[in-house]
Amino acid sequence: MGAFTMPSLGADMDAGTVTRWLVAPGDAVHRGDVVAVVDTEKSEIEVEVFEDGVVEELVVPEGVEVPVGTVLATIAAGRRDESGGGGTPAPETAAVPAPPPPTSAPPPPGPGVPGVTAGAAIGAGEGADRVHSPVVRRLAADLGVDLGSVAGTGPGGTVTRSDVEAAARLAPPATSAPPAPPAPASPPVPARAPVPVAPAPHAGPARARSSPYARRLAAGAGVHVGALVGSGPGGAVVAEDVIAALASGGAAPQAPASPAGPAAPPAGPAAPVAPAAPSTESTSREDRAARLRRAIGNLMSRSKREIPHYYLATTVDLSSARTWLDEVNASRPVTDRLVMGTLLLAAAARAVAAVPEVNGSYQDGVFTPSPSVHLGVAISLRTGGVLAPAIHDADTKSVDELMAALSDLVKRARGGVLRGTELADATLTVTNLGDLGVDEVQGVIFPPQVALVGYGRVSERPMVAGGQVVARTAVTVTLAADHRVSDGHRGGRYLAEIDRLLQRPEDL
Amino acid sequence: MTTTTYREAMRRALREALAGDERVFLMGEDVGAYGGCYAVSLGLLEEFGPDRVRDTPLSESAFVGAGIGAALAGMRPVVEIMTVNFSLLALDQIVNNAAALRYMSGGQFHVPLVIRMTTGAGRQLASQHSHSLEGWYAHVPGLRILAPATIGDAYGMLAPALDDPDPVLIFEHGALYGMKGDLPDDPDPVDLTSAAVRRTGDDLTIVTYGGTLGTALDAAERLAGEGIGAEVIDLRSLRPLDMPAVLASVGRTHRAVVVDEGWRSGSLSAEVSARITEDAFYDLDAPVARVCSAEVPMPYAKHLEDAVLPGADDVVTAARSLGA
Amino acid sequence: MTGGDGPAGGDHRLHLLRQMLRIRRFEERTVELYSATAIRGFLHLDIGEEACAVGVTGALAPDDAVVATYREHGHALARGMTMRAVMAELEGKVEGVSRGRGGSMHLFDAATRFYGGYAIVGGGLPVAVGLALADKLQGLPRVTACFFGDGAVAEGEFHESMNLAALWDLPVLFVCENNLYAMGTALARAQSEPDLAVKAAAYRVPSWAVDGMDVLAVEEAATRAVEAVRRGGPHFLELRTYRFRAHSMYDPDRYREKSEIEAWKERDPIPALEAVLVADGALDDDTLARIEAEVAAEVDDAVAFAEAGTLEPVSDVGSHVTATPQADGGLP
Repeated sequence: MGAFTMPSLGADMDAGTVTRWLVAPGDAVHRGDVVAVVDTEKSEIEVEVFEDGVVEELVVPEGVEVPVGTVLATIAAGRRDESGGGGTPAPETAAVPAPPPPTSAPPPPGPGVPGVTAGAAIGAGEGADRVHSPVVRRLAADLGVDLGSVAGTGPGGTVTRSDVEAAARLAPPATSAPPAPPAPASPPVPARAPVPVAPAPHAGPARARSSPYARRLAAGAGVHVGALVGSGPGGAVVAEDVIAALASGGAAPQAPASPAGPAAPPAGPAAPVAPAAPSTESTSREDRAARLRRAIGNLMSRSKREIPHYYLATTVDLSSARTWLDEVNASRPVTDRLVMGTLLLAAAARAVAAVPEVNGSYQDGVFTPSPSVHLGVAISLRTGGVLAPAIHDADTKSVDELMAALSDLVKRARGGVLRGTELADATLTVTNLGDLGVDEVQGVIFPPQVALVGYGRVSERPMVAGGQVVARTAVTVTLAADHRVSDGHRGGRYLAEIDRLLQRPEDL
Repeated sequence: MTTTTYREAMRRALREALAGDERVFLMGEDVGAYGGCYAVSLGLLEEFGPDRVRDTPLSESAFVGAGIGAALAGMRPVVEIMTVNFSLLALDQIVNNAAALRYMSGGQFHVPLVIRMTTGAGRQLASQHSHSLEGWYAHVPGLRILAPATIGDAYGMLAPALDDPDPVLIFEHGALYGMKGDLPDDPDPVDLTSAAVRRTGDDLTIVTYGGTLGTALDAAERLAGEGIGAEVIDLRSLRPLDMPAVLASVGRTHRAVVVDEGWRSGSLSAEVSARITEDAFYDLDAPVARVCSAEVPMPYAKHLEDAVLPGADDVVTAARSLGA
Repeated sequence: MTGGDGPAGGDHRLHLLRQMLRIRRFEERTVELYSATAIRGFLHLDIGEEACAVGVTGALAPDDAVVATYREHGHALARGMTMRAVMAELEGKVEGVSRGRGGSMHLFDAATRFYGGYAIVGGGLPVAVGLALADKLQGLPRVTACFFGDGAVAEGEFHESMNLAALWDLPVLFVCENNLYAMGTALARAQSEPDLAVKAAAYRVPSWAVDGMDVLAVEEAATRAVEAVRRGGPHFLELRTYRFRAHSMYDPDRYREKSEIEAWKERDPIPALEAVLVADGALDDDTLARIEAEVAAEVDDAVAFAEAGTLEPVSDVGSHVTATPQADGGLP
């Protein structure tokens, strides 16, 4: 017995429908006879049988689509079967899996569309109607407090750190999702430790451009290209910047490189820069200072050339802050005491939440606000020059943490062991020249940042309160900001926010 | 050493090929009595007779196909097509037959055919005689694509092309025929697989071929005046590409400008640029730049044609934009 | 295995019958194999037109050349390619005539100077002109037979090639197998002058129309034409024939009437020759049964050979692009 199967009439035919049987059980058929009409995606085609015999049964009725190879009919006593045609694929073996149910419903939707549950993608996390400060969010996460359940006592009902701490004392953690534990298999990694030489993307503002070759050179030499200021097209860091940086100072990146003119490459570009060391011994201290001075000059020239600065100043009464500091410090050993400068940093960082236009980068005509505040702190070097390494995530650090971070940074900056990321990715810089007796600072913005906060001397000065001139502790805060990104109204709002925060030092 | 022209160098190569191998014959429109549309074959009919310098009717498909058939049967035809624009009439024969016969016959047959044609603009010939479509042919496996840019190559590429057992297309830029220069009396044979460094430099690699070699060299000269050392690579073979030469240069200079008279979209310059990016990414100190013709059919008016074509100014500007 | 009937066969007409039967039975089996997906791609069948391939190739000398189309199984078998190697090609095996690179539409064989099946309509004609040009330039008394269909007559390459061959007096035998349809387009719907021999004559090429269903007539005309071509200059044969099956496998055949097909089947070249031979007493039932059995065995053997064949390693896919592999060749 033979089987008459759904033929394949082309590579694009996977299935067909018998629209008409031209034979019935009992009919004699001969090889080559047309026995059925098959409808394919292309058209109706007559199909033939390949053996002689008698039709036994029509297995598939008219109107049913079946895959190629499906047995359509059985045929008894074919002549050629006995002749043993060498190697012809036996129809029986071609008879493929049972056809699908005749009137099958459309198949279930494929896996192409991921199941999106309505509403699942929105409203995740805490209540959408209240905005929480970064420090509060971080504290809540650390303590396992669900912010949505915390009643706020701050201005406008906002949740303060005290609120979170109080909530944490009342309720044990684990009522809400704790921060993801580190994967057990991986080595412990400090949560926010900057990676020294990693060319990996960091979470700062838009990544500074750098050429593949510059990145390769930098990686080989242990420099983070992000630490360099680019002299290439669009401010990209190019190989020359890496070479200049290496030439200017030791293995640790210290200085933005100079955008040297094309006519005077600093070193033969053909000379390979081996991952091994550029010679620090051969470079005199004077040379380094001179290079650093030139680099600063170039950077500041670029800033003044490209950035339309505007300047604002306000005087902030620090009486409350002074009182609070004195109270806190009274119960602390001398080594743990907080200084006013730290509060000022904290205020500058936290105030960003109100005016995000001062925090981020401006490149190629586009301002990219940064989701984090990496606060650059201008630090003068004893050898001359200034660096502005960043305190990462300054807006989420407590005042104590900021204090520790600052002293660490100053120590390392002056010791020449800053990490690349610290030099790379400040999103807003603060200059405090008060120690030198400066009354106020009119700063120059570090490109591609868009603002610089200046603090002058903290001193007692005559102020008018309640209609009387009284002596109050105060500081003059200035803002130099990029007019391409913000204007005086927003800048003023930022300074006002600093003022407001400094009046409630306990919440910082 | 003789002072000669690109045209005469090509003619000398043809004459030597005809004289040196009975299987070689030249065939095309007006190659005989007229002396060649661009006078390349002037005098050869008188020297070799009408069987071997064979004028054809205006039947690009038939005479290119006839070249394929004759090559299949053991001859070494040199077929001349007046311009690359006309070669489109023979595209079926070149792409469907010449390029594929060895493969689809499972290696039984091969097509030792040389097709020469003019390409390129610069002579105010407008939109049907001026285009640079050699990049299209360089897309096709089974073909070898050559672009002689110098007098030495105009002379020296024909003999190795005739030695190639597979079809070879030679693209002669129409603006080069009158170019003068020296040709040694006994020139070295040309290695068809190698690009040539036409000028050395450390700051930038300019990759080009054919009619824009001169443009690239002019630009390099001007850049030198600004203290920028540009290396100029003449690809010579558009298929296969000598990418090792290009990559070696880019590996030293870290910057590349590709100059191609073809249109930018889907062009040979796109291919070269992509391969540099694929294979020399970590050597690049700037994005690969391209200087190509404006994407318009070629205009007639001189000032417009000049504006459309890649010029030395454009190359210099591109080089500067890379911060070289 | 060209199926010669040997000295005992005697009558050359029996050889022609066997050749036509070989093509018919071979192709019938390919339909079956195609339906079972052992053969893929396009499959264009010669069934009904066998007299053309058999009659013309019978007139050629071993040293002559053949250029054919994508409907060339018959020409390949009649010219002397083995059924095994052709079937293996159809199944994509390395033992195939083109190593599985060509398939049904691109059969090539250097040994029989079969320069290929060309699947761009009209694309083979210029190549045939060039083969003939080479012969003429080299003074070789060879003929190139170039097969094409009525559809090619509408292509520019037909006109360019006829002109060039006539102009240069080249030894090409142009063989137009006019089966009345260019795929689904009837001749009268595509040609201003449907008498193709008349059209060809405009190039000053001697042109004859012949009954393409009569293998004896085809062979006789081809023999005369080949002799004339060998003496110099192209000839044109229009073989008026008909394909019994659709253009290719996946063709609903709705552009022509069933009655037309049935009418042409009455003129099937195989029974027609059998009838002549029986009437002459040159063929009896036993002889026919023996030939059929031998052909069936050859087909079975070819199928077995093809199915036992090997697939070329994928790593070799880049070979035979050019003589020396280019860096760009083959797999990435």
